[in-house]
Amino acid sequence: MRTASSSLKSKDLLGTEHLTPEEITLILDTAEGFKEVSERPVKKVPALRGQLVINLFMEASTRTRVSFEIAEKRLSADTLNFSASGSAVEKGETLIDTAENLVAMHPNMIVIRHKHPGSPRMLAERFENIAIINAGDGAHEHPTQALLDAFTIRERLGRLHGVNVSIIGDIKYSRVVRSNIHLLTKMKAKVTLASPPTLMPAEVEQMGVRVVHSLDEAIEGADVIMMLRIQLERQGKLSFPSLREYYNTFGLTRERVRRAKEGVLVMHPGPMNRGVEIASDVADDPNVSVILDQVTNGVAVRMAVLYLLGSAHGVEER
Amino acid sequence: MNLLITGARLIDPSQSLDAALDLLIEDGTIAKVDKKIKANVHTIDATGLVVAPGFIDLHTHLREPGQEHKETIATGTRAAVAGGYTAVCAMANTVPPNDERAVTEMVVAEAARNGWCRVYPVGAVSKGLKGEELAELADLRAAGCVAVSDDGKPVWNAQLMRRALEYSTMLGMPVIAHEEDANLNEGGVMHEGYYSTLLGMRGIPAASEETLVARDVILAKLTNAHVHIAHLSTAGAVDAVRRARANGVKVTCEVTPHHIALGDEAVQSFSTNLKMNPPLRSEIHRKALLEGIADGTVDAIATDHAPHHFDEKNVEFDLAPFGVIGLETAFAVCYTHLVRAKVIRLPRLIELLSCGPARAFNLPGGSLRPGSLGDVTLLDVDAKVEVPRESYSKASNSPFIGQTLHGRVVATIVAGQVKHEEKHERPKAQTRRHRR
Repeated sequence: MRTASSSLKSKDLLGTEHLTPEEITLILDTAEGFKEVSERPVKKVPALRGQLVINLFMEASTRTRVSFEIAEKRLSADTLNFSASGSAVEKGETLIDTAENLVAMHPNMIVIRHKHPGSPRMLAERFENIAIINAGDGAHEHPTQALLDAFTIRERLGRLHGVNVSIIGDIKYSRVVRSNIHLLTKMKAKVTLASPPTLMPAEVEQMGVRVVHSLDEAIEGADVIMMLRIQLERQGKLSFPSLREYYNTFGLTRERVRRAKEGVLVMHPGPMNRGVEIASDVADDPNVSVILDQVTNGVAVRMAVLYLLGSAHGVEER
Repeated sequence: MNLLITGARLIDPSQSLDAALDLLIEDGTIAKVDKKIKANVHTIDATGLVVAPGFIDLHTHLREPGQEHKETIATGTRAAVAGGYTAVCAMANTVPPNDERAVTEMVVAEAARNGWCRVYPVGAVSKGLKGEELAELADLRAAGCVAVSDDGKPVWNAQLMRRALEYSTMLGMPVIAHEEDANLNEGGVMHEGYYSTLLGMRGIPAASEETLVARDVILAKLTNAHVHIAHLSTAGAVDAVRRARANGVKVTCEVTPHHIALGDEAVQSFSTNLKMNPPLRSEIHRKALLEGIADGTVDAIATDHAPHHFDEKNVEFDLAPFGVIGLETAFAVCYTHLVRAKVIRLPRLIELLSCGPARAFNLPGGSLRPGSLGDVTLLDVDAKVEVPRESYSKASNSPFIGQTLHGRVVATIVAGQVKHEEKHERPKAQTRRHRR
């Protein structure tokens, strides 16, 4: 029987900005149960049987899309993968028209990734009976990434409260960082951001974070070091002079990790640029890196989100 | 046209008048302002209303020729009179742009045929708005342009701006400067600050406007020309204008109603009706604009009425074109956020909407002195209105839809002819004893 405490307030998951700590805990606790499902020989539960989930990916993705698809299938939902290339989007069809056409075929949920901030919200406001899940909207939010990051930290360190998390890299253009800041500060973790000044967004301290421009300062005292991908295309865009210089100043190498706390976790949302923001021997070291755990946990967390939003609508006829 | 307006509170900042006075228009011209005028002409009983010089908008986009799906001269001027405007300055970024006499003449002719109010064309500074060569500014002036501007775009090349300012001194018209540095903007879609960081959208720094304003007041001083800064939105720009004017530079400036009323915090809704250029800024900048309005630094309120078709705005925030409409809501927005908010008093608001614009561009009107144009606006400042989605404008890209505002235009009169009228309930049991 569903009670008020076993569902999310909103019909959608557009970001972590407006989630309450209770909702975050609910999602993480639910994900624990689903992680166990993924370890069984028959990795399926019937929770979303008969429901149709459309994965509307207007931007490239391997990890997130595959993770959502697996999560949907493990919940017994029917899935449809839509990607912009090969669709009428190439003929100039707008997002709204694309969505209207898909919605006319009665899906229950839409998972959307798009390069423009606010796109999931556009759909959520337009389609009152469909649960919209944000899989990344431009540099704005990527809530399931932050949730799986939190799950991983909580699993390894036993808590989020008081954990020192340092996020390093292209802060300005990162949706992962924004979603993580909201979630971690709500759960009373302490967040430090580090990047060259040209990659730090305006007035970000107002989000309740510490800002430094030195990798070593960010590493000192950190329980978790979260590395962000440097988007290679930015090199020509005046943000920093060269990848070489970036690696020398902010690249996470073994020597620099050595200065960190005992038991520090190294995380990365992927995809990684080996030798740019992170050295291979750090990324592949099972003693510090939990990068692949993040991926495994991503499926469980997405199952939890789909379950909590899907079952809010259940199989009731509209 | 002859018209008598009685019983109103008459406010004419050009004569420092604010009193219970009647107004007589004869042959389309203000004939008499006095207590208790009697005349055997069509009479409007304006008891309970305010009578002001007709509003003049220094910055409107009528979109004709070439973009008639957004707006036309007919629909844009209809929207204007609904907003109390008896004259609008039509910007040059049409298709083709108004960079030559032929286009100016077309605009003037179409306004004469189908316009609801006066239309003063603004010509381009550069050919094709390309920012490379001067347009034929003298020919544009002779054809009827009251100013020139590449608005929509800045004049990026400082030397071209210098030459345009220099050349304009021979023609007795200002150069209107749209101030932004495309390089500093870097594809920005909203103000660069806490909210652009929160929303993950590219920001337009205040410095983009401030650097160009600083440059152009220096060039205006160098050339002894009149530069008019369009849609001021930053504290630094207000400051630069104030200091330049104190140093004798011929600089005037305007602020839009939406920059007076709104800030970047509102953009959290991702509504594309909050996307315009320059963008809504943070509270520090908005407060500086209000200070500039109160201390006289700002000469005019101008709407930058920028209609877009619904389909064009019904897309993701990043992709939507910049611009919002504003002719029909200007008075109510400004009355609510300036007068009721006790930033300025009503006569100063009327000055910003009528005399100030007329003075800035040396236009006729903006005054109720006998001999002036018979352009008059009647206002009900006690009315409360919820802004509807429907508008006289073809477009509905307004940030104010659904909001409750105070103040309403009851009638707009151009050359003594009533061009717009709203039903108005006269306050009951009013004797002829004039209220103050």
